[in-house]
Amino acid sequence: MEKDIKLMKGNDAIAEAAIRAGADAYFGYPITPQSEVIEYLMAEQPEKRTGMVVLQAESEVAAINMIYGAAGAGKRVLTTSSSPGISLMQEGISYIAGAQLPCVLVNVVRGGPGLGTIQPSQADYFQSVKGGGHGDYKLIVLAPASVQESVDFIKLAFDIAFKYRNPVMLLTDGVLGQMMEKVEFFEQQERKKEDEPWATVGKAGRGHRNYITSLFIKPEKMYEVNLELQKKYREVEKNEVRYQEIDTEDADYLFVAYGTTARICQKACQLAREKGIKVGLLRPISLYPYPYDAINKLADKVKGVMVIEMNHGQMVEDVKLAVNGKLEVGFMGRSGGIIPTPSEILEALENKFINK
Amino acid sequence: MTEEIIIAGFGGQGVLSMGGILAYAGVMQGKEVTWMPSYGPEMRGGTSNVTVILSDEMISSPILNEYDTAIILNQPSLDKFEKMIKKGGTLIYDGNGINRHPEREDINIYRADAAKAAASDLKNPKVANMIVLGALLKQNPIILDENIKKGLEKALPERHHRLIPLNLKAVEKGKEIVKIIREV
Repeated sequence: MEKDIKLMKGNDAIAEAAIRAGADAYFGYPITPQSEVIEYLMAEQPEKRTGMVVLQAESEVAAINMIYGAAGAGKRVLTTSSSPGISLMQEGISYIAGAQLPCVLVNVVRGGPGLGTIQPSQADYFQSVKGGGHGDYKLIVLAPASVQESVDFIKLAFDIAFKYRNPVMLLTDGVLGQMMEKVEFFEQQERKKEDEPWATVGKAGRGHRNYITSLFIKPEKMYEVNLELQKKYREVEKNEVRYQEIDTEDADYLFVAYGTTARICQKACQLAREKGIKVGLLRPISLYPYPYDAINKLADKVKGVMVIEMNHGQMVEDVKLAVNGKLEVGFMGRSGGIIPTPSEILEALENKFINK
Repeated sequence: MTEEIIIAGFGGQGVLSMGGILAYAGVMQGKEVTWMPSYGPEMRGGTSNVTVILSDEMISSPILNEYDTAIILNQPSLDKFEKMIKKGGTLIYDGNGINRHPEREDINIYRADAAKAAASDLKNPKVANMIVLGALLKQNPIILDENIKKGLEKALPERHHRLIPLNLKAVEKGKEIVKIIREV
């Protein structure tokens, strides 16, 4: 069979991937730079292809609560938004995490804080990885670096979400959403037919009703639920760490960057090697759980670690935890929709570790 | 081989669609392709640009600070991107509306007055972008003609397929009218 290769924008590709992953429903509200997701879904009319429901909610707050309800019924559901919209959803995200429900969230990050700009950014790292909403919960966070990965990770995100009954977020940005790249799609997955044993779908011959809540008014019960969550997160940390190493075997220096910034760093590595400086790249793919061990091991081999982000230093804190004082960790970042260039990144590394 | 191209002009000149056709043609030729538009609160008459990277290998950064080739359709874009062309690289520009012509002596410079040729010879100002694309392909045949045709078939919605012959004629026109200003 001929390969199913298309040239697609990241946002359109995410929408198509959601249909193919057998999603039951999409609830969302448009916001630049990811409005193409809902536009594509509305134009494609997946209700005719797979029966998938697509609904534009009246706000992000409504959308995330529709996700909460449908996820409680055991459905494969997703929403997409961009930074200010994701902020509006935080209460619902905390409830979903507390009620231990699976769903997929996509944040096509734009510059902030506040209403900010519509240009690309990575300033929502803390919000995605460290919390965002209230309470001791974790999102499993995947950071694609290409249109192809945006597609593949939608399918992966649904699988992980259902494996752990936990919300999974794809953290991308305006570059990945707006650019077109070659992409190969996986085959259409069938929508789920069997009800999940925990889903609120009536008694369904079980003799009891399932109950979905994030309200546990007795402290002892709330503590028990928290311990259960923590046990689950330890499992996630054991099984779901993902990262990529590029040219690290002989590297004297190491870039750590994710998503779009990792792509730019790859180019900076090439430029460095043309100048005789051996630089490698570690690209975290899962931002939670974080590849602490992989970075810690590389810290024994290199002379310096440079973290590059489209913000003023968020992931760098996790890199410092990973390096654990073994050597100096440098940082270079641009924010507010300004994207660092390959030569700027290389210059920052040279200034920090070589020309000092 | 990797070719890093910037295409820049006014919004409405067909900058993004020319880039799209080139990108689709690249896919048809089996290349890795990245098409990265400038996007923002822009409007007709504002500036617009797109980076197209065609490569035989996996493409790293979609964000670049220098280019192998710049295709320039207006003065602000010439002012911005002339200095960002790699030494020995290529600049192709439409002289329409240009007061300050390119000055660099270490790059190849070609001129194709596409807006004029589109209006007078082809009677359709909208295909000026394809004329400039033709000028590029004359100087640097990165993509085969047959793949440009296939790229057009993919990039244009079917209701516009009747315009494909005109677009291909525009590509030929570009090859005809492109003038060498300087070669290094």
